[in-house]
Amino acid sequence: MSNEHTRIEGETIDERLLVKRANRQDLRFAVIGLCVLIVAMVALLALIADFMLDGVPRINFDFFVNYPSRKPEQAGILSAWVGSTLVMLTTAALAVPIGVAAGVYLEEYARKNWITDIIEINVTNLAGVPSIIYGLLALGLFVQTLRLGQTILVAGLTLALLILPIIIVTTREALRSIPLEIREAAFGLGADRWQAVWMYLLPAARPGILTGTIVGMSRAIGETAPIITIGALTFIAFLPPAPIQLEFPFVNFQWLNSPFTVMPIQMFNWISRPQVGFHVAAAATGVILLAMTLLMNGLAIYIRYRIRRGMK
Amino acid sequence: MDALTIEKAVAAPVDEPLRASVIDLSFHYGEKQALFDVNFPIHDRKVTALIGPSGCGKSTLLRAFNRMHDLYPGNRYQGEVILYPEQINIVSPAVDPMLVRLKIGMVFQKPNPFPKSIYENVAAGLWVRGIRKKSLVDDRVEFALTQAALWDEVKDRMRSSAYGLSGGQQQRLCIARALAPAPEMLLLDEPTSALDPIATARIEELIMELAPTVKIMIVTHNMQQAARISNYTAFMHLGRMVEFDVTTNIFTSPKERKTQDYITGRFG
Repeated sequence: MSNEHTRIEGETIDERLLVKRANRQDLRFAVIGLCVLIVAMVALLALIADFMLDGVPRINFDFFVNYPSRKPEQAGILSAWVGSTLVMLTTAALAVPIGVAAGVYLEEYARKNWITDIIEINVTNLAGVPSIIYGLLALGLFVQTLRLGQTILVAGLTLALLILPIIIVTTREALRSIPLEIREAAFGLGADRWQAVWMYLLPAARPGILTGTIVGMSRAIGETAPIITIGALTFIAFLPPAPIQLEFPFVNFQWLNSPFTVMPIQMFNWISRPQVGFHVAAAATGVILLAMTLLMNGLAIYIRYRIRRGMK
Repeated sequence: MDALTIEKAVAAPVDEPLRASVIDLSFHYGEKQALFDVNFPIHDRKVTALIGPSGCGKSTLLRAFNRMHDLYPGNRYQGEVILYPEQINIVSPAVDPMLVRLKIGMVFQKPNPFPKSIYENVAAGLWVRGIRKKSLVDDRVEFALTQAALWDEVKDRMRSSAYGLSGGQQQRLCIARALAPAPEMLLLDEPTSALDPIATARIEELIMELAPTVKIMIVTHNMQQAARISNYTAFMHLGRMVEFDVTTNIFTSPKERKTQDYITGRFG
C-alpha cells in the first residue's frame, strides 16, 4: 500500500485520493454547468417557439410581395425586407473596407505610442456606446448639417458607424492572434509591409475578420433606435429605384437617396397598432428577421469552414 | 564523465530492477497508426534514450507515458505499459490520465514556463497536489532548483517573471518544475532541441547527474546525445522498435542492419 503513495519530506501524497477528489469536482461542475445551460436554452427556445407559433402560420408568398396595408390580412413586408437588404448592403460596403483597413493600420502600420493608445481605448469604448447616440449623431450630422435626407444612404452610414468599432476590434484581434512565425516568415523573405499584410496576414486573419463582420451585421440588422432617430418612415408603399437597369451604365445608385423602412421598424409599427392581426404580422416579421440573422451566421460558418479546410 | 563510462561498461545485468515495461504497445492517431507492437523495458534509475529519424514515433511513444494523447480526441492506445512496483497499466482507459501524470513528470521540446514568477512555476506541481505548507513548498522549490542546477542563478529573483530567463534557463526551470513533486519517472521530449550548445551541455550534464540518484528518464534526441548520456537506447523506425540494447552495444555492435545504417548516417 505504501507503494501507492509518494512521500515528499514527511508529507504523504495519496495520488488516488487526489484523482478521486478531482473527478468528484469535475462531476459537480459538469452538473451545475449543464443545469445552467438547460435553463438558458429552455428560456430562449420557449421565446422562439412562442414567436414561431404566432408568426409562422402568417408567412406566405403574399406576405413577402405585399406592401404594408391598413388591413392586417393584406399587410406585407415587401418594402421592409427590400429596405433591410439595401441598408445592410450599404452598411457592409461602407463598414467592412473601412473597418478592416483601420484595424490593419492600427495593428501593422501605426507606431505604438500614447496617441494610438488613446485611439485604441476610444475604439474599444465606442463598441459599447448605446445605439441611440449614433442615431442622434446621424440626425445632427447627416440629416441636418449635410442635408442628406432620411435615406438608405444615411441609414447605411449610421449603421456602418455603429458597427465599425466591432469590425476594427475583431480585425486587430485576428491579426494579433496570427502566430508570430508567419509574420517572421513573411518579413524574413524580404516582403514589404503591404505584401506581408495582403499575401499572408490578412488571409490568415480572414476567419476572425469574418466573425467580427457577421457579429456586426447581425447587430445592425436588428437595430431600431438609430433608424427611428434619423426618421425612417414607418409606412412605405413603394420600392426604391432598382439598382440594376437595362440601359447604360446598367447600375443605378438612385436607390441610395430613396426613403425606406426596415424590418424592425415595420415590426415596431405593427406592434403599436391595436388590431390583433397586426400583432400576428409583427411576429411573422420577427420570425423572418430571425431567419435572416441565422442565415447570415450560417453563411459565415460555412465560409469559415471552407477557408479553414483550404488552409490545411 | 568517467563514472558514467565505467557504469556503462558494467551495465546490462539481466536482473536489474525494472521501472516499467512496454508490452505490445500500438497507438493510433484517429485512422493513422503511429506505433506498431512496441516492446521494451525501462530500467530503474537509468537513462533510456529513444532515437530514430523524424516521424518514427519516438515522441508519440514518449507522450504515451504521460497520457498526453488523451488531450486530443480520436487517439487510441492498444497494449500495455506496466509501471512498477504498482503494476498498473498506465495506458489503460480504466486508469485516470491524471493519476499517471501525478506519477510521471514531463518536460517538453520547447521551454514552456507559465507566465508567472520563477517561484510560482516551480511550486506549481506541489500546489496541484494540495501541498500548501509554506516551509515545505519553499524547501522543495529550492531543492528542485538545485537539482536542476538553476538555484544559484535565480535565488535572488524568485519573484520575477519566468519569461525574463534565457531559453536554457527556462528549460532548466521546466525540469525543476517537473522534479519538485518528486515524480516516479521523468520524461524529456527533445529537451535541448531549442537550445544552444552551451545550454545543451548543461542540461545533458544535469540529466546524467540526476539519473543514478533521482529518477528514471527517457530522452528522445539526436544520436550523439543519446550516446553521451544514456544507458539504454531504443532505435525506432516507422513506428516500430527496431532494436533495444545497452547504449554502447547499439553504437558499437548493433544487431540490426537498419540500426547500423542509421547510426553510421546512411539514412535519417
